[in-house]
Amino acid sequence: MSALDFSTKIGSKRFSNPIFTASGCASSGQELAQFFPLTEIGAVVTKSIMVKARTGRATPRMAETPSGMLNSIGLQGPGIDTFLERDIPWLVEQQVKVIVSIAGESVDEYGVLARRLRAVAGISAVEVNISCPNVENRGQVFACHPDTSIAVIEAVRRNIGGELPIIAKLSPDVTDIVEIARAVINAGVDGLALINTLLGMVIDTNTMKPKLAGKTGGLSGPAIRPVAVRAIYQVHQAFPDTPIVGMGGVASGRDALELILAGASAVSVGTASFGNPKAAFDIKNQLAELLTEKGFNDLRDAIGFAHRGI
Amino acid sequence: MSAKINQFATQMLAEVISNKKVGPYHHMVFAVGDMASHVKPGNFVAISVGGEQSSLVLRRAFAIYRALDKGPMGGSIELVVAPHGQGSRWLCQRAVGDLVDFIGPLGTAFGIPTVNANAMLVGGGYGSAPLFALAELLKNKGCRVDMVLGASTANKIYAPLEGKRSVSSLTLTTDDGSTGIHGQISEAIPRLIREFGTEVIYSCGPMGMLAAVAKIAEEFNLVHQCAVEESMACGIGVCMTCVIPVKNEDGIKMIRSCIDGPVMDGSQVIWDRKTVMDAL
Repeated sequence: MSALDFSTKIGSKRFSNPIFTASGCASSGQELAQFFPLTEIGAVVTKSIMVKARTGRATPRMAETPSGMLNSIGLQGPGIDTFLERDIPWLVEQQVKVIVSIAGESVDEYGVLARRLRAVAGISAVEVNISCPNVENRGQVFACHPDTSIAVIEAVRRNIGGELPIIAKLSPDVTDIVEIARAVINAGVDGLALINTLLGMVIDTNTMKPKLAGKTGGLSGPAIRPVAVRAIYQVHQAFPDTPIVGMGGVASGRDALELILAGASAVSVGTASFGNPKAAFDIKNQLAELLTEKGFNDLRDAIGFAHRGI
Repeated sequence: MSAKINQFATQMLAEVISNKKVGPYHHMVFAVGDMASHVKPGNFVAISVGGEQSSLVLRRAFAIYRALDKGPMGGSIELVVAPHGQGSRWLCQRAVGDLVDFIGPLGTAFGIPTVNANAMLVGGGYGSAPLFALAELLKNKGCRVDMVLGASTANKIYAPLEGKRSVSSLTLTTDDGSTGIHGQISEAIPRLIREFGTEVIYSCGPMGMLAAVAKIAEEFNLVHQCAVEESMACGIGVCMTCVIPVKNEDGIKMIRSCIDGPVMDGSQVIWDRKTVMDAL
């Protein structure tokens, strides 16, 4: 096998390979470390952390769907203080590349979180989750509107300082995702994470009531992969110079390649890790083999390849 | 930091070495090699179902009925499976020689008293399965073990012959009166606690039954360890879907039944749904 340049870049930061975990699908990393060395993948994206500890929603929080699942966790987490004291030092000590995902209830909270992160050593980027579907009020999904998206990114930019790349995580549940992407790019993000889960619902026909306690949940898994490919393709076409971390139902090296061909510079593995804790590790190896098999010596040549010559 | 998460868990392809129908359940034996030596009563395995092209993307959790470190086929794990859903039906259809993707052992184990105590083991339906290995362990420690098993009807009680050897007494209850005491298992327990001088209760079964046992344990001021059941997507602590509400200083805390359970202190669980909903 000829040497493959498998590295990828987001903003100023370089990652040894393009396979990351997806936020909310690797907890804080320690759970997966029993199954493969976390340093083998490009980065661990942590579960979106909020300012305060959060209990999350009642159960049932999960419903399996054809080739996918709904989740309705409601951003349960320990809050930024405990997270920085307990979870981050462990990951840094293991020499894992860390992308911290943050979520706020208000624009100010995103600013507070960004300020807390600026002094933390060992972080490679911050993912700004403005698109969690599991909030009480649909109006709280910042990524549904260009104005609110801009406000959040500006608050993060003002508070984060330095060179820490900012990645905005967008929702596919919008009329025109390119418009939202344009707004956050103009507000100064270094990259985009596409896509968050889609809002969905399952009704139990035995009880004749919604299956989830929170009624609606985020749809993930292979069922949504074509939506991810479409969103990545559209956004990469409009903004070919903005790196995209692609995600949505990736379960194999072949799936990761599909997102890369659409325009992703990196690929996050989410729901697949629930079925196979080694998924990210396996997908990384499969992708390297596939790229070589297709004649690529450099990952960069494959990014957005589906757009060429059209 | 407490013990390493998923410390003893490994992922492997386990061969089906036996699959027998027992009443409405399947008793299945898998060759798992070294995995068996780390199993403690209360632990579970997470199994990938449906095969490679399946649209079922999530693992299924199964309580371990028994683990043999050095059997005729090397280490083995035994499960009692009720073919209720798509995943468990697929598992029950596996033939001897088939390979199944296993992760285990996972979760917490039943705590064993440091001094001899009179233990009552309460099981509902096939929830009795993990209690037999526990009974054996307690019996070997010199504890008195009284087992109470209940189900809706007689054939849904899982009580194999070899399991009965480890108990000092076995009481059966059925909702329809087809065997044993007529009525719900929780109605029979208070009298049995007095009769046997029970000091510690272990329970495994549907959440409603566990809640009823927790209430009785509180009334009698007994230690109660229960193995909870909540739908899991991963079994290894990453998905946060299988949480159980427990008491903490702020009122309520959601803990993962796969990492901090399935065996939990019954007095810490908040069983009343209204209390949970009000706190959220």
